[in-house]
Amino acid sequence: MDANRVLKGKRQSYDGIVAAVPVTVPYQRYSIESGHWWIGRALKALAEGAGLSHRDFDGFAVASFSIAPDTAIGLTQHFGLSPRWLDYIPMGGVSGVLSLRRAARAVQAGDADIVACVAGDTNHVDTFRRTLSNFSRFSQDAVYPYGAGGPNASFALIARRYMKQFGARREDFGKLCVAQRDNALRNPNALMKKPLTLEQYLSARPIADPIHLFDCVMPCAGAEAFLVMRDETAKSLGLPSARILSTIERHHAFPDDEIQLRGGWAVDVDELYHIAGISPNDVDVVQTYDDYPVISMMQFEDLGFCKKGEGPDFVRNHTFTIDGDFPHNTSGGQLSVGQAGAAGGHLGIVECMRQVMKLAGPTQVEGARIGLASGFGMINYDRGLSSGAVIFAGGGG
Amino acid sequence: MSEPLPGPKRKNPLARTQQPLLPPAIRSRAAHGLTLAAAEGRFAIQRCAACNSFAYPPRDACPHCLSDRLPFVEAPSSGVLAALTTIQVSGDSYFRERMPWRTGIVTMDCGPQVIAHVHGDCIEGEPVRLSLQLDRSGHAVMFANPVSRTPDMQDDLQWREMAADPRDRRILISDGRNPVGQALARSLVRAGARTVFVGVADRWKPFPAEQSLRELAGVEIVPLEMTDERSVADLAADIGAKVDILVNTADHIRPGHIFDGATTLHMADAMNATLFGTMRLARAFAPVMIARGADGHHGAAAWVNILSVYALANLPAMGSLSVSHAACLSLSHWLRTELAQGGVKLLNAFAGPLDTEWFQALPPPKLAPAVLADAVVDGLRRGIEEVYVGDVANDITARLAANPKALEREIGQ
Repeated sequence: MDANRVLKGKRQSYDGIVAAVPVTVPYQRYSIESGHWWIGRALKALAEGAGLSHRDFDGFAVASFSIAPDTAIGLTQHFGLSPRWLDYIPMGGVSGVLSLRRAARAVQAGDADIVACVAGDTNHVDTFRRTLSNFSRFSQDAVYPYGAGGPNASFALIARRYMKQFGARREDFGKLCVAQRDNALRNPNALMKKPLTLEQYLSARPIADPIHLFDCVMPCAGAEAFLVMRDETAKSLGLPSARILSTIERHHAFPDDEIQLRGGWAVDVDELYHIAGISPNDVDVVQTYDDYPVISMMQFEDLGFCKKGEGPDFVRNHTFTIDGDFPHNTSGGQLSVGQAGAAGGHLGIVECMRQVMKLAGPTQVEGARIGLASGFGMINYDRGLSSGAVIFAGGGG
Repeated sequence: MSEPLPGPKRKNPLARTQQPLLPPAIRSRAAHGLTLAAAEGRFAIQRCAACNSFAYPPRDACPHCLSDRLPFVEAPSSGVLAALTTIQVSGDSYFRERMPWRTGIVTMDCGPQVIAHVHGDCIEGEPVRLSLQLDRSGHAVMFANPVSRTPDMQDDLQWREMAADPRDRRILISDGRNPVGQALARSLVRAGARTVFVGVADRWKPFPAEQSLRELAGVEIVPLEMTDERSVADLAADIGAKVDILVNTADHIRPGHIFDGATTLHMADAMNATLFGTMRLARAFAPVMIARGADGHHGAAAWVNILSVYALANLPAMGSLSVSHAACLSLSHWLRTELAQGGVKLLNAFAGPLDTEWFQALPPPKLAPAVLADAVVDGLRRGIEEVYVGDVANDITARLAANPKALEREIGQ
């Protein structure tokens, strides 16, 4: 194998790098504002939270689907930033982890001191449909013309195969959704305000079998953001922070799998925990990327909380509310907070930071020291291509 | 099992006519390799010329070896329906009016995973056969079919969107004096057409096949003079809103040398009968057909031109026919883009010399009008755009693809 000729480098640790100032710009179902407006609100909140001018951010990573025709470059002038490090990561549900990883290395290498990682999207009445209809070339050629069911139809096929293969039942997915709704009822920013019962979940209208209404996230407008800096920078600014213990990304893993039953986490999960110096048992709170509950179940397996195929049993044997034995998607997740475009990939990261920093308020998990947040995204054709994860520990700053 | 489709009901004049919305139509340049195959009723996907692996969706480099030589080649269309869903909620207006809609992933025996429309008789986990179809936007889509025929399978509503099946449809054939028009009437009646209007010029002039045409159930002789604007308009005013499929058989065959004095006049007559005749028909009938492109399961579906294969390469012995049908071919491309707005297909059927009186001087093989007519019915059922009927038509197209200059030199000898 030629691959053996390539020298393998050793992945460096993220020692000394922290994330600080978790920011959420409260979501709205629909907004008449632009993507720029939402990103602007997030930047302002970051500056206020850090006690700095936004001009002090010398790094800027932005994720959005709704700033066209701009990219990150146009936004520097729009917002009066003058960064020496810039990244544009319009990569959906994995963009949060990617922003954090790139920012952490930039800060570690001295290319920037404070990187503002911002994801924001607006949701005009027709935004979601437009995003779907030109999401990717493969999608345009070979998915959208087939019923235009969007991600619901694509994940229906994945969920169907997963259920058949591993014996998952709708009740199992429902348990996750119901727990997340319970969590969301404590989160004033969650768009979903009404309790959800398993009976309501099961009797919801079908969208694309086996996906029913409460398996789907609600597209909305909103923004999430955080800062990445050195530990000593945070301390000098008097900012509490979350230490980055480890983080991974992987794209287009397992191309030969017929239908997606695992994500790229499964490739890198051992390294994820090894670099962090912990085991899955040490994780106190987990924020999975929950565009559909089947994907959360898949992540319990791929992130090492149970073996492949044991996801359904894992769900049956645990409780997922804030006070449960496996606190999961404590903000309510995208399923109950809403999916603010690319910010959906930052939602779990920001909530995870709050948890380990003990700043989560009404959704705080008692004794949360170590948290894991994951990202997943870009169903380019028949499967989600990208996966990522980060492990945070409290006690920084 | 597919439900047999009930015949069309009498239209309620107060009910809304469904607008001819179209499915999503944006495709990459590479994806039109599928369109080419679908238009001709072939099944082809990309296969890397360097490493022989099949690839789908269409792309610009082989994912196995990065070669950019990825021709579309005939591929085995067998596979297994790996997962199936029924979409109940769509973001697209065309599909919203047609919910629910079955789609699935087919794992092809030759490798790739294909997201496809799924016929109602396909079963998850079981083998299926893929075909490339033109959807209402005129673009190629993958369609998963049962491996063997099932009862009433042509009545599956998703399939019906891809096809232009003559069954239960009302059809206008432009010229009943033409032996091809007579054969078409018989084939279309046999295919279950509800009404076949057959246009006849100068109705007072008897013609030999008239009696047998009249005896066909469902055939109605109507006055139609393609060279007369008024006659075409009158017929359209009478039956225009009832024509679901229009078959244009216009030809004008007069052998003659290019330098003969009469040939210029013959050419003008030929153009008037064919090119301008087709334009008159299009102007009178096509707008209504476009508007009725989604008028129930039996709405306007297709426009058919019967063309000489010498439209593609001039046969000097039939010079004026070749020229006039070449012009009609070009017109058909223009008309096709117009009809596409209503999701109405345009089918060109190319024939070699026919076994009729005007081709008496040409040597065999010749094409029986009945064979041509059956090929048109088959093309409509499959929803394709180009049909080459008979040995000569296929010979000419093959030689044209191989070396057009060789054909040009040889065809006059």
